[in-house]
Amino acid sequence: MRLSVENIEVSFPGPAGDLLPALGPISFEVADDQFVCLLGPSGCGKSTLIRVLAGLLSPSAGAAYCDRELIQRPLAEAAIMFQDTNLMPWRTVLDNIALPLEVAGMSRPERYGAVRKLLPQLNLENFELAYPAELSGGMAQRVSLGRVIVQQPQVWLLDEPFAALDALTREALSLELLRLRARSRQTIILVTHDINEAVLLADRVIVMSRRPGALVADIPIDLPRPRSAEMIYKREFLQLAKRIRNCIEDQRA
Amino acid sequence: MQTNGKVAEFSTGRKRQIILRRLSPFLTVLLLLLLWQGVTERQIISRILVPPPADVYAAFTAALADGTLAKHTMTTLGEMMYGLLLGVGIGLVLGYAIAKAPLLEYVLSPIIVAFQSTPIVAYAPLLIIWFGTGPSSKIVTTAVIVFFPALVNAIVGIRSVSPPLRDLMRSLNAGPWLTFRLLELPSALPVILAGLKTSATLAVIGAVVGEFVGSGSGLGVLVIMARSQYNTPLVVVTVLTMTVIALSLYGLVALVEWRFLVWQRRAAS
Repeated sequence: MRLSVENIEVSFPGPAGDLLPALGPISFEVADDQFVCLLGPSGCGKSTLIRVLAGLLSPSAGAAYCDRELIQRPLAEAAIMFQDTNLMPWRTVLDNIALPLEVAGMSRPERYGAVRKLLPQLNLENFELAYPAELSGGMAQRVSLGRVIVQQPQVWLLDEPFAALDALTREALSLELLRLRARSRQTIILVTHDINEAVLLADRVIVMSRRPGALVADIPIDLPRPRSAEMIYKREFLQLAKRIRNCIEDQRA
Repeated sequence: MQTNGKVAEFSTGRKRQIILRRLSPFLTVLLLLLLWQGVTERQIISRILVPPPADVYAAFTAALADGTLAKHTMTTLGEMMYGLLLGVGIGLVLGYAIAKAPLLEYVLSPIIVAFQSTPIVAYAPLLIIWFGTGPSSKIVTTAVIVFFPALVNAIVGIRSVSPPLRDLMRSLNAGPWLTFRLLELPSALPVILAGLKTSATLAVIGAVVGEFVGSGSGLGVLVIMARSQYNTPLVVVTVLTMTVIALSLYGLVALVEWRFLVWQRRAAS
């Protein structure tokens, strides 16, 4: 699905009652099946933009569209993955992943069947009855990812999904994400502040300025797919990473 | 092998510690009973003031045999149950409403705070005047006293539902009922059950205070009757019955907790 962001601005009420601009104005388009990484310093409004695209927040100005449909409330075709794992501590792995199906009104055997089909891809086969507190950080994120995949969304909105993980787990999960996505191509927007992660994953990296975040650079990543961890040592990769770093540093000066 | 031996040693030591911890409340009770027996046997305190355990036991079997204890216990239990249902029910519903509409808290807080800070014993006579000397006035005193913990814990429980999880439910387009059933209720349950434990023990106080002020039957009445006849053993029997009722109710809620909060136990271990 195509996503369009048209002159979106978001302001929040400040402590003195005035409005503090948090995002934009920003405009860009995301083509069908494209994997876009939003990169920017923390506090630049990346997460706010994701919330607008998810239909959880109305922009103060401008509009977001999904296939020409104005996004006013959460769309059934889109699924969001939150910054922290955001799992329900009272639900098992199985029930956490099955939550979207339960909300959709699917019967218990049906939803458990659907989730059990997914568990091997997520490396969670032996943990379906575990509670979130019993999982490692990486496993909890895979549950969270499973909760997105089970919805079979056309649009994935991922808000710094791996930020809380250590570097190695993070890289493994990122590549896992690409593998899972390769089976059926969807439009993905992933928020990150890690340049390497952005270059490794994306078809295109959008660099945002400091708060209120505006578009600084829009860089296509034409590295071949499938991507691998080895790639980060290749010359093309390093050149792209350097270019993005320069964009960020230019605006800091 | 040596390390294995050490582990085994450690775990038996730990096991012993756990068993000791589990047993210690019962040991306290046993010690108190022995102390009681000793004090009365040596006549350190007059038997009229503190009757020996044997006398209390005799009073207990007598009250059990002629049905007085059962009759009065049933009255009090009935009042408590209806009072709990009424007070906890209204408390939870109102607590949910207040958590959702903070304005309601400002509107209702004078009434709620006034009710809560005035001793129930002081206005129980008013409730008797309004609701009569039958069970309904005791149901109301019980309801009033158990209402507050239910209310407060419902407010706290619902307000502490995680905002990102609320976002998740919204992103799934879950309606109010599904959000309540799948998010708010399970999330607030630990806090609500903690409040219910307090309510359960307070229920006895509510019913007995109501009975003290004016009633024809119930454990509160039995205490007053026994005292006026200088039947101290019967007073002790009645008081202990109240203790047992309060503890059983508390235990019942703890059992519900144990059954529904498996995830908390697992997270703690």
